Amino acid sequence: MYVAVKGGERAIENAHAWLAEERRGDTEIAELSVAQIREQLSLAVHRVSAEGSLFDPDLAALAIKQARGDLIEAIFLIRAYRTTLPRFGFSKPVDTGVMTCDRRISASFKDLPGGQVLGPTFDYSHRLLDFKLAAEGEVPEAPSQEAEAGDVPHVTDFLNREGLIEEPPHGDTPPPDLTREPLEMPADRALRLQALTRADEGFALGLAYSTQRGYARNHAFVGELRIGSVPVEMEIPELGFAIEIGEVVLTECETVNQFKGSKAEPPQFTRGYGLVFGQSERKAISMALVDRALRWEELGEDNIGAPAQDAEFVLYHADNIQATGFLEHIKLPHYVDFQSELELVRKLRREAGTDQVQEAAE
Amino acid sequence: MKNGFDENADRKAWMGLLAKAPAGRVATLLDAAMTRPGFTWLRTPEIGSAMVRARAGATGAPFNLGEMTVTRCTLKLESGEVGHAYIQGRRKSDAEAAAVVDALMQTGIADRLRAQLLEPLHDELSAAKATRAAKAAATKVDFFTLARGEG
Repeated sequence: MYVAVKGGERAIENAHAWLAEERRGDTEIAELSVAQIREQLSLAVHRVSAEGSLFDPDLAALAIKQARGDLIEAIFLIRAYRTTLPRFGFSKPVDTGVMTCDRRISASFKDLPGGQVLGPTFDYSHRLLDFKLAAEGEVPEAPSQEAEAGDVPHVTDFLNREGLIEEPPHGDTPPPDLTREPLEMPADRALRLQALTRADEGFALGLAYSTQRGYARNHAFVGELRIGSVPVEMEIPELGFAIEIGEVVLTECETVNQFKGSKAEPPQFTRGYGLVFGQSERKAISMALVDRALRWEELGEDNIGAPAQDAEFVLYHADNIQATGFLEHIKLPHYVDFQSELELVRKLRREAGTDQVQEAAE
Repeated sequence: MKNGFDENADRKAWMGLLAKAPAGRVATLLDAAMTRPGFTWLRTPEIGSAMVRARAGATGAPFNLGEMTVTRCTLKLESGEVGHAYIQGRRKSDAEAAAVVDALMQTGIADRLRAQLLEPLHDELSAAKATRAAKAAATKVDFFTLARGEG
Protein backbone atom coordinates (compact mmCIF):
# COMPACT_ATOMS: atom_id res chain seq x y z
CA MET A 1 0.00 0.00 0.00
CA TYR A 2 1.29 3.46 -0.87
CA VAL A 3 0.52 6.16 1.66
CA ALA A 4 1.11 9.70 0.45
CA VAL A 5 2.51 11.93 3.16
CA LYS A 6 2.48 15.66 2.67
CA GLY A 7 3.99 18.45 4.67
CA GLY A 8 7.66 18.74 3.65
CA GLU A 9 7.36 21.63 1.19
CA ARG A 10 8.21 24.47 3.55
CA ALA A 11 11.09 22.52 5.11
CA ILE A 12 12.50 21.71 1.65
CA GLU A 13 12.26 25.33 0.48
CA ASN A 14 14.02 26.56 3.56
CA ALA A 15 16.67 23.85 3.30
CA HIS A 16 17.42 24.96 -0.28
CA ALA A 17 17.58 28.61 0.74
CA TRP A 18 20.07 27.74 3.47
CA LEU A 19 22.03 25.57 1.01
CA ALA A 20 22.40 28.61 -1.28
CA GLU A 21 23.66 30.67 1.64
CA GLU A 22 26.13 28.01 2.77
CA ARG A 23 27.34 27.62 -0.80
CA ARG A 24 28.20 31.31 -0.84
CA GLY A 25 29.95 31.07 2.52
CA ASP A 26 31.24 34.16 4.33
CA THR A 27 30.20 37.18 2.23
CA GLU A 28 33.25 39.05 3.52
CA ILE A 29 35.26 36.73 1.24
CA ALA A 30 35.15 37.47 -2.51
CA GLU A 31 32.83 35.19 -4.52
CA LEU A 32 34.43 32.61 -6.85
CA SER A 33 33.70 33.15 -10.51
CA VAL A 34 33.08 30.27 -12.91
CA ALA A 35 36.08 31.45 -14.96
CA GLN A 36 38.30 31.26 -11.86
CA ILE A 37 37.25 27.66 -11.27
CA ARG A 38 37.79 26.82 -14.94
CA GLU A 39 41.28 28.33 -14.98
CA GLN A 40 42.56 27.57 -11.47
CA LEU A 41 40.87 24.27 -10.54
CA SER A 42 41.35 22.87 -14.02
CA LEU A 43 42.03 19.27 -12.96
CA ALA A 44 38.73 19.17 -11.05
CA VAL A 45 37.10 20.60 -14.19
CA HIS A 46 38.75 17.84 -16.24
CA ARG A 47 37.53 15.12 -13.90
CA VAL A 48 33.96 16.41 -14.11
CA SER A 49 34.25 16.53 -17.93
CA ALA A 50 35.56 12.95 -18.08
CA GLU A 51 33.08 11.34 -15.70
CA GLY A 52 30.23 13.64 -16.73
CA SER A 53 31.05 12.39 -20.24
CA LEU A 54 30.67 15.86 -21.72
CA PHE A 55 33.60 18.04 -22.71
CA ASP A 56 32.67 21.64 -21.89
CA PRO A 57 35.04 23.26 -19.36
CA ASP A 58 32.73 26.24 -18.68
CA LEU A 59 29.80 23.96 -17.83
CA ALA A 60 31.97 21.70 -15.67
CA ALA A 61 33.22 24.76 -13.75
CA LEU A 62 29.65 25.96 -13.21
CA ALA A 63 28.66 22.51 -11.96
CA ILE A 64 31.57 22.49 -9.49
CA LYS A 65 30.49 25.89 -8.16
CA GLN A 66 26.86 24.78 -7.84
CA ALA A 67 27.89 21.52 -6.14
CA ARG A 68 30.06 23.35 -3.56
CA GLY A 69 33.05 21.38 -4.83
CA ASP A 70 31.40 17.95 -4.47
CA LEU A 71 32.71 16.48 -7.73
CA ILE A 72 30.29 13.54 -7.90
CA GLU A 73 27.37 15.97 -7.42
CA ALA A 74 28.90 18.13 -10.19
CA ILE A 75 29.20 15.09 -12.46
CA PHE A 76 25.52 14.34 -11.73
CA LEU A 77 24.59 17.89 -12.84
CA ILE A 78 26.56 17.49 -16.08
CA ARG A 79 25.00 14.09 -16.83
CA ALA A 80 21.53 15.56 -16.27
CA TYR A 81 22.28 18.54 -18.53
CA ARG A 82 23.72 16.25 -21.21
CA THR A 83 20.42 14.40 -21.56
CA THR A 84 18.71 17.68 -22.56
CA LEU A 85 20.99 18.22 -25.56
CA PRO A 86 19.95 17.15 -29.04
CA ARG A 87 22.77 15.10 -30.56
CA PHE A 88 23.95 16.51 -33.88
CA GLY A 89 26.07 13.51 -34.81
CA PHE A 90 29.18 11.43 -34.22
CA SER A 91 32.72 12.55 -34.82
CA LYS A 92 35.22 10.65 -36.90
CA PRO A 93 37.49 8.69 -34.54
CA VAL A 94 40.00 11.24 -33.21
CA ASP A 95 43.61 10.73 -34.26
CA THR A 96 45.79 10.90 -31.14
CA GLY A 97 48.83 10.66 -33.43
CA VAL A 98 48.36 14.34 -34.34
CA MET A 99 47.98 15.44 -30.71
CA THR A 100 49.78 18.66 -29.81
CA CYS A 101 51.41 17.21 -26.71
CA ASP A 102 51.85 19.18 -23.49
CA ARG A 103 53.31 16.02 -21.99
CA ARG A 104 54.56 12.80 -23.48
CA ILE A 105 56.58 10.23 -21.60
CA SER A 106 57.45 6.56 -21.89
CA ALA A 107 58.47 4.36 -19.00
CA SER A 108 59.62 1.65 -21.42
CA PHE A 109 61.90 3.48 -23.86
CA LYS A 110 64.37 6.08 -22.72
CA ASP A 111 65.43 7.43 -26.09
CA LEU A 112 62.46 7.75 -28.33
CA PRO A 113 61.79 10.07 -31.25
CA GLY A 114 60.14 13.18 -29.90
CA GLY A 115 61.77 12.64 -26.51
CA GLN A 116 60.52 12.52 -22.95
CA VAL A 117 58.50 15.69 -22.46
CA LEU A 118 57.50 16.15 -18.82
CA GLY A 119 54.94 18.93 -19.23
CA PRO A 120 53.20 20.60 -16.29
CA THR A 121 53.47 17.61 -13.94
CA PHE A 122 53.25 17.09 -10.17
CA ASP A 123 55.82 14.27 -10.55
CA TYR A 124 59.21 15.08 -8.98
CA SER A 125 57.59 17.74 -6.77
CA HIS A 126 58.24 17.16 -3.08
CA ARG A 127 54.60 17.21 -2.03
CA LEU A 128 55.38 19.80 0.61
CA LEU A 129 52.71 22.42 1.19
CA ASP A 130 53.69 25.61 -0.56
CA PHE A 131 52.74 28.45 1.74
CA LYS A 132 53.63 30.98 -0.94
CA LEU A 133 50.33 30.04 -2.60
CA ALA A 134 48.49 31.30 0.50
CA ALA A 135 49.72 34.79 -0.35
CA GLU A 136 48.63 36.41 -3.58
CA GLY A 137 51.41 36.91 -6.07
CA GLU A 138 52.51 36.78 -9.66
CA VAL A 139 53.75 33.53 -11.14
CA PRO A 140 56.93 33.83 -13.21
CA GLU A 141 56.61 32.90 -16.90
CA ALA A 142 57.60 29.27 -17.55
CA PRO A 143 60.76 28.87 -19.65
CA SER A 144 60.39 28.04 -23.35
CA GLN A 145 62.62 26.45 -25.90
CA GLU A 146 62.32 25.97 -29.63
CA ALA A 147 59.95 23.10 -30.36
CA GLU A 148 60.42 20.47 -33.05
CA ALA A 149 57.83 20.65 -35.80
CA GLY A 150 55.72 17.67 -36.80
CA ASP A 151 53.58 15.01 -35.16
CA VAL A 152 54.88 12.92 -32.27
CA PRO A 153 54.84 9.22 -33.22
CA HIS A 154 53.27 6.63 -30.91
CA VAL A 155 55.80 4.51 -29.04
CA THR A 156 53.99 1.26 -29.76
CA ASP A 157 54.61 1.85 -33.49
CA PHE A 158 58.29 0.99 -32.91
CA LEU A 159 57.47 -2.36 -31.31
CA ASN A 160 54.92 -2.93 -34.00
CA ARG A 161 57.57 -2.71 -36.72
CA GLU A 162 59.29 -5.75 -35.23
CA GLY A 163 55.98 -7.55 -34.83
CA LEU A 164 56.65 -7.81 -31.09
CA ILE A 165 53.32 -6.35 -30.04
CA GLU A 166 49.78 -7.25 -30.95
CA GLU A 167 48.07 -4.99 -33.43
CA PRO A 168 44.57 -3.92 -32.42
CA PRO A 169 42.07 -5.22 -34.96
CA HIS A 170 41.10 -2.46 -37.37
CA GLY A 171 37.52 -1.84 -38.29
CA ASP A 172 34.90 0.78 -38.76
CA THR A 173 31.87 -0.96 -37.28
CA PRO A 174 29.73 1.65 -35.51
CA PRO A 175 30.42 1.07 -31.81
CA PRO A 176 27.65 0.36 -29.27
CA ASP A 177 26.63 3.39 -27.20
CA LEU A 178 25.66 2.91 -23.57
CA THR A 179 24.06 6.36 -23.48
CA ARG A 180 21.47 5.04 -25.95
CA GLU A 181 21.18 1.32 -25.15
CA PRO A 182 21.34 -0.09 -21.61
CA LEU A 183 24.65 -1.75 -20.79
CA GLU A 184 24.30 -5.48 -21.37
CA MET A 185 26.64 -8.45 -21.09
CA PRO A 186 28.65 -9.71 -22.80
CA ALA A 187 30.20 -6.30 -23.44
CA ASP A 188 32.65 -6.02 -26.33
CA ARG A 189 35.83 -3.98 -25.96
CA ALA A 190 34.28 -0.85 -27.48
CA LEU A 191 31.51 -0.87 -24.88
CA ARG A 192 33.96 -1.62 -22.08
CA LEU A 193 36.17 1.29 -23.11
CA GLN A 194 33.18 3.67 -23.18
CA ALA A 195 32.15 2.54 -19.69
CA LEU A 196 35.71 2.78 -18.35
CA THR A 197 36.45 6.26 -19.73
CA ARG A 198 33.47 7.68 -17.80
CA ALA A 199 33.98 5.41 -14.77
CA ASP A 200 34.61 6.75 -11.30
CA GLU A 201 38.30 7.56 -10.95
CA GLY A 202 38.55 6.08 -7.47
CA PHE A 203 36.86 2.82 -8.48
CA ALA A 204 39.07 2.47 -11.58
CA LEU A 205 42.16 3.25 -9.51
CA GLY A 206 41.29 0.64 -6.87
CA LEU A 207 40.68 -2.05 -9.48
CA ALA A 208 43.85 -1.17 -11.40
CA TYR A 209 45.85 -1.32 -8.17
CA SER A 210 44.38 -4.75 -7.43
CA THR A 211 45.76 -6.04 -10.76
CA GLN A 212 49.21 -4.76 -9.80
CA ARG A 213 49.00 -6.57 -6.47
CA GLY A 214 48.28 -9.87 -8.19
CA TYR A 215 44.50 -10.01 -8.60
CA ALA A 216 44.76 -10.72 -12.37
CA ARG A 217 48.02 -11.70 -13.88
CA ASN A 218 49.37 -8.85 -15.86
CA HIS A 219 52.42 -6.75 -15.35
CA ALA A 220 52.08 -3.47 -17.17
CA PHE A 221 54.73 -1.09 -18.42
CA VAL A 222 53.60 2.37 -19.40
CA GLY A 223 54.54 2.24 -23.06
CA GLU A 224 53.42 5.80 -23.44
CA LEU A 225 51.48 8.50 -21.71
CA ARG A 226 50.54 11.65 -23.59
CA ILE A 227 48.43 14.68 -22.76
CA GLY A 228 47.38 17.36 -25.21
CA SER A 229 44.68 18.50 -27.56
CA VAL A 230 43.36 16.85 -30.68
CA PRO A 231 40.99 18.23 -33.31
CA VAL A 232 37.52 16.70 -33.57
CA GLU A 233 36.16 16.23 -37.07
CA MET A 234 32.53 15.52 -37.92
CA GLU A 235 30.67 14.79 -41.13
CA ILE A 236 28.15 17.58 -41.75
CA PRO A 237 25.18 16.21 -43.72
CA GLU A 238 24.12 19.58 -45.17
CA LEU A 239 27.65 20.14 -46.50
CA GLY A 240 28.40 16.61 -47.62
CA PHE A 241 31.91 16.66 -46.11
CA ALA A 242 33.60 16.65 -42.71
CA ILE A 243 34.88 19.73 -40.90
CA GLU A 244 36.68 20.30 -37.63
CA ILE A 245 34.11 21.29 -35.02
CA GLY A 246 36.55 21.91 -32.20
CA GLU A 247 39.32 20.51 -30.08
CA VAL A 248 39.36 18.37 -26.94
CA VAL A 249 42.07 17.86 -24.34
CA LEU A 250 42.83 14.17 -23.85
CA THR A 251 45.08 11.95 -21.77
CA GLU A 252 46.12 8.73 -23.47
CA CYS A 253 47.90 5.78 -21.89
CA GLU A 254 49.12 2.73 -23.73
CA THR A 255 50.44 -0.08 -21.60
CA VAL A 256 52.69 -2.86 -22.82
CA ASN A 257 52.07 -6.17 -21.09
CA GLN A 258 53.82 -9.52 -21.06
CA PHE A 259 52.08 -12.28 -22.95
CA LYS A 260 53.43 -15.81 -23.22
CA GLY A 261 51.45 -16.52 -26.33
CA SER A 262 48.62 -18.93 -26.97
CA LYS A 263 47.72 -21.62 -29.51
CA ALA A 264 46.76 -18.89 -31.96
CA GLU A 265 49.29 -16.18 -31.11
CA PRO A 266 53.10 -16.23 -30.81
CA PRO A 267 54.76 -14.83 -27.66
CA GLN A 268 54.47 -11.07 -27.90
CA PHE A 269 53.52 -8.00 -25.97
CA THR A 270 49.87 -7.11 -25.57
CA ARG A 271 48.28 -3.75 -24.94
CA GLY A 272 45.94 -2.03 -22.54
CA TYR A 273 44.41 1.27 -23.54
CA GLY A 274 43.27 4.30 -21.60
CA LEU A 275 41.88 7.49 -23.12
CA VAL A 276 40.16 10.12 -21.02
CA PHE A 277 38.87 13.68 -21.46
CA GLY A 278 41.13 16.27 -19.85
CA GLN A 279 44.44 15.98 -18.05
CA SER A 280 43.74 12.89 -15.94
CA GLU A 281 46.70 10.56 -16.07
CA ARG A 282 45.85 8.60 -12.91
CA LYS A 283 42.53 7.75 -14.54
CA ALA A 284 44.05 6.99 -17.97
CA ILE A 285 46.64 4.58 -16.50
CA SER A 286 43.94 2.93 -14.36
CA MET A 287 41.71 2.54 -17.40
CA ALA A 288 44.52 0.90 -19.39
CA LEU A 289 45.25 -1.62 -16.63
CA VAL A 290 41.59 -2.53 -16.17
CA ASP A 291 41.07 -2.72 -19.96
CA ARG A 292 43.97 -5.17 -20.17
CA ALA A 293 42.67 -7.30 -17.27
CA LEU A 294 39.21 -7.49 -18.89
CA ARG A 295 40.76 -8.80 -22.12
CA TRP A 296 41.67 -12.18 -20.59
CA GLU A 297 39.08 -14.07 -22.60
CA GLU A 298 39.93 -12.76 -26.07
CA LEU A 299 43.64 -13.37 -25.35
CA GLY A 300 42.98 -16.94 -24.20
CA GLU A 301 44.24 -16.33 -20.66
CA ASP A 302 42.97 -18.01 -17.50
CA ASN A 303 40.23 -16.42 -15.47
CA ILE A 304 41.68 -16.53 -11.98
CA GLY A 305 38.51 -15.06 -10.52
CA ALA A 306 40.02 -11.63 -9.91
CA PRO A 307 37.52 -8.77 -9.57
CA ALA A 308 39.21 -6.81 -12.39
CA GLN A 309 38.63 -9.77 -14.77
CA ASP A 310 34.89 -9.80 -14.11
CA ALA A 311 33.37 -7.53 -16.76
CA GLU A 312 29.93 -7.65 -15.20
CA PHE A 313 31.25 -6.70 -11.78
CA VAL A 314 33.50 -3.94 -13.13
CA LEU A 315 31.11 -2.34 -15.60
CA TYR A 316 27.97 -2.47 -13.47
CA HIS A 317 29.72 -0.82 -10.51
CA ALA A 318 32.03 1.66 -12.23
CA ASP A 319 29.52 4.44 -12.80
CA ASN A 320 29.48 6.77 -9.82
CA ILE A 321 26.16 8.38 -10.76
CA GLN A 322 24.34 5.05 -10.91
CA ALA A 323 26.09 3.96 -7.74
CA THR A 324 25.42 7.10 -5.75
CA GLY A 325 21.83 7.27 -6.99
CA PHE A 326 21.08 3.83 -5.65
CA LEU A 327 23.17 4.23 -2.54
CA GLU A 328 21.75 7.58 -1.52
CA HIS A 329 18.13 6.70 -2.21
CA ILE A 330 18.04 4.68 1.00
CA LYS A 331 18.16 7.91 3.01
CA LEU A 332 14.85 9.04 1.48
CA PRO A 333 11.59 8.14 3.26
CA HIS A 334 10.96 4.41 3.51
CA TYR A 335 8.49 4.75 6.38
CA VAL A 336 5.95 2.25 5.08
CA ASP A 337 8.59 -0.34 4.13
CA PHE A 338 10.13 -0.02 7.55
CA GLN A 339 6.75 -0.20 9.33
CA SER A 340 6.08 -3.58 7.70
CA GLU A 341 9.56 -4.88 8.70
CA LEU A 342 8.89 -3.74 12.25
CA GLU A 343 5.57 -5.60 12.33
CA LEU A 344 7.29 -8.71 10.97
CA VAL A 345 10.07 -8.71 13.57
CA ARG A 346 7.52 -8.25 16.38
CA LYS A 347 5.44 -11.14 15.02
CA LEU A 348 8.48 -13.46 14.70
CA ARG A 349 9.56 -12.65 18.23
CA ARG A 350 6.07 -13.48 19.54
CA GLU A 351 6.08 -16.77 17.67
CA ALA A 352 9.55 -17.77 18.84
CA GLY A 353 8.63 -17.01 22.43
CA THR A 354 11.51 -14.53 22.66
CA ASP A 355 10.04 -13.16 25.88
CA GLN A 356 10.98 -16.43 27.65
CA VAL A 357 14.58 -16.18 26.34
CA GLN A 358 14.83 -12.72 27.78
CA GLU A 359 13.55 -13.95 31.14
CA ALA A 360 16.19 -16.70 31.19
CA ALA A 361 18.89 -14.17 30.44
CA GLU A 362 17.81 -12.08 33.39
CA MET B 1 43.54 19.82 -46.83
CA LYS B 2 45.84 16.83 -47.03
CA ASN B 3 44.25 15.98 -50.38
CA GLY B 4 45.33 18.54 -52.97
CA PHE B 5 42.35 17.69 -55.16
CA ASP B 6 39.73 18.23 -52.47
CA GLU B 7 37.47 20.93 -53.92
CA ASN B 8 36.08 21.59 -50.46
CA ALA B 9 39.49 21.95 -48.83
CA ASP B 10 39.28 25.72 -48.64
CA ARG B 11 35.87 25.78 -47.01
CA LYS B 12 36.79 22.94 -44.64
CA ALA B 13 39.79 24.96 -43.51
CA TRP B 14 37.89 28.17 -42.78
CA MET B 15 34.97 26.40 -41.10
CA GLY B 16 37.40 24.48 -38.88
CA LEU B 17 39.16 27.71 -38.00
CA LEU B 18 35.87 29.45 -37.14
CA ALA B 19 34.85 26.46 -34.96
CA LYS B 20 37.96 26.75 -32.81
CA ALA B 21 38.09 30.56 -32.47
CA PRO B 22 38.05 31.95 -28.92
CA ALA B 23 34.73 33.36 -27.65
CA GLY B 24 33.77 36.64 -29.31
CA ARG B 25 36.84 36.78 -31.56
CA VAL B 26 35.15 36.15 -34.93
CA ALA B 27 32.47 38.76 -34.22
CA THR B 28 35.12 41.34 -33.25
CA LEU B 29 37.20 40.75 -36.38
CA LEU B 30 34.12 40.66 -38.62
CA ASP B 31 32.70 43.93 -37.28
CA ALA B 32 36.11 45.59 -37.60
CA ALA B 33 36.34 44.50 -41.24
CA MET B 34 32.88 45.49 -42.45
CA THR B 35 29.23 46.19 -41.73
CA ARG B 36 27.41 42.85 -41.56
CA PRO B 37 25.09 42.13 -44.47
CA GLY B 38 21.38 41.38 -44.02
CA PHE B 39 20.34 37.73 -43.86
CA THR B 40 17.44 35.44 -43.05
CA TRP B 41 17.66 32.42 -40.77
CA LEU B 42 17.30 28.97 -42.29
CA ARG B 43 18.10 27.46 -38.88
CA THR B 44 18.41 29.69 -35.82
CA PRO B 45 21.37 28.99 -33.48
CA GLU B 46 20.86 25.72 -31.66
CA ILE B 47 22.94 24.11 -28.87
CA GLY B 48 23.51 20.38 -28.98
CA SER B 49 26.20 17.75 -28.66
CA ALA B 50 28.46 15.62 -30.79
CA MET B 51 29.55 12.18 -29.65
CA VAL B 52 33.35 12.08 -29.90
CA ARG B 53 34.73 8.76 -31.04
CA ALA B 54 38.22 7.34 -30.66
CA ARG B 55 39.96 4.07 -31.52
CA ALA B 56 40.99 1.27 -29.14
CA GLY B 57 44.78 1.35 -28.92
CA ALA B 58 44.74 4.58 -30.97
CA THR B 59 44.46 2.69 -34.27
CA GLY B 60 41.95 -0.13 -33.68
CA ALA B 61 38.16 -0.37 -33.71
CA PRO B 62 36.18 2.77 -32.83
CA PHE B 63 34.49 3.38 -29.47
CA ASN B 64 32.42 6.22 -28.03
CA LEU B 65 34.58 8.43 -25.82
CA GLY B 66 32.05 11.03 -24.67
CA GLU B 67 30.25 14.08 -25.95
CA MET B 68 31.18 17.72 -26.50
CA THR B 69 28.91 20.74 -26.79
CA VAL B 70 28.36 22.24 -30.23
CA THR B 71 26.36 25.22 -31.50
CA ARG B 72 25.10 25.25 -35.07
CA CYS B 73 23.07 27.54 -37.32
CA THR B 74 22.37 28.21 -40.98
CA LEU B 75 21.54 31.50 -42.66
CA LYS B 76 21.06 32.94 -46.13
CA LEU B 77 22.41 36.32 -47.22
CA GLU B 78 20.18 38.72 -49.15
CA SER B 79 22.47 38.02 -52.11
CA GLY B 80 21.56 34.32 -51.84
CA GLU B 81 24.68 32.62 -50.39
CA VAL B 82 24.01 30.09 -47.62
CA GLY B 83 26.32 30.04 -44.60
CA HIS B 84 26.63 27.22 -42.06
CA ALA B 85 28.31 27.13 -38.69
CA TYR B 86 29.18 24.21 -36.39
CA ILE B 87 31.31 25.56 -33.57
CA GLN B 88 32.54 24.18 -30.26
CA GLY B 89 30.74 25.16 -27.05
CA ARG B 90 27.48 26.94 -26.27
CA ARG B 91 27.94 30.21 -28.18
CA LYS B 92 24.96 31.38 -30.21
CA SER B 93 26.27 34.82 -31.21
CA ASP B 94 29.61 33.30 -32.20
CA ALA B 95 27.78 30.73 -34.33
CA GLU B 96 25.91 33.55 -36.06
CA ALA B 97 29.15 35.43 -36.80
CA ALA B 98 30.76 32.21 -38.08
CA ALA B 99 27.83 31.47 -40.42
CA VAL B 100 27.91 35.06 -41.77
CA VAL B 101 31.63 34.63 -42.50
CA ASP B 102 31.01 31.24 -44.14
CA ALA B 103 28.42 32.83 -46.44
CA LEU B 104 30.54 35.91 -47.20
CA MET B 105 33.50 33.71 -48.12
CA GLN B 106 31.40 32.56 -51.09
CA THR B 107 31.04 36.15 -52.36
CA GLY B 108 33.34 38.68 -54.01
CA ILE B 109 34.43 39.93 -50.63
CA ALA B 110 36.22 36.65 -49.85
CA ASP B 111 39.77 37.93 -50.43
CA ARG B 112 39.27 40.87 -48.11
CA LEU B 113 37.79 38.68 -45.37
CA ARG B 114 40.59 36.18 -45.75
CA ALA B 115 43.16 38.92 -45.18
CA GLN B 116 41.32 40.77 -42.43
CA LEU B 117 39.69 37.89 -40.53
CA LEU B 118 40.81 34.35 -41.39
CA GLU B 119 44.54 35.02 -41.59
CA PRO B 120 44.77 37.02 -38.35
CA LEU B 121 42.64 34.38 -36.59
CA HIS B 122 44.82 31.59 -37.95
CA ASP B 123 47.95 33.43 -36.80
CA GLU B 124 46.52 33.96 -33.32
CA LEU B 125 45.62 30.28 -32.88
CA SER B 126 49.00 29.18 -34.23
CA ALA B 127 50.81 31.56 -31.89
CA ALA B 128 48.89 30.20 -28.89
CA LYS B 129 49.80 26.64 -29.90
CA ALA B 130 53.43 27.59 -30.51
CA THR B 131 53.67 29.13 -27.03
CA ARG B 132 52.48 25.90 -25.38
CA ALA B 133 54.71 23.79 -27.63
CA ALA B 134 57.73 25.92 -26.64
CA LYS B 135 56.94 25.50 -22.95
CA ALA B 136 56.58 21.74 -23.46
CA ALA B 137 59.91 21.66 -25.34
CA ALA B 138 61.60 23.30 -22.35
CA THR B 139 60.51 20.32 -20.19
CA LYS B 140 62.10 17.77 -22.51
CA VAL B 141 64.59 15.54 -20.70
CA ASP B 142 68.11 15.64 -22.07
CA PHE B 143 69.53 12.27 -20.97
CA PHE B 144 72.62 12.70 -23.13
CA THR B 145 73.89 15.74 -21.25
CA LEU B 146 73.19 13.98 -18.00
CA ALA B 147 75.18 10.90 -19.02
CA ARG B 148 78.21 12.95 -20.05
CA GLY B 149 78.47 14.37 -16.57
CA GLU B 150 79.77 17.78 -17.58
CA GLY B 151 81.02 20.16 -14.95
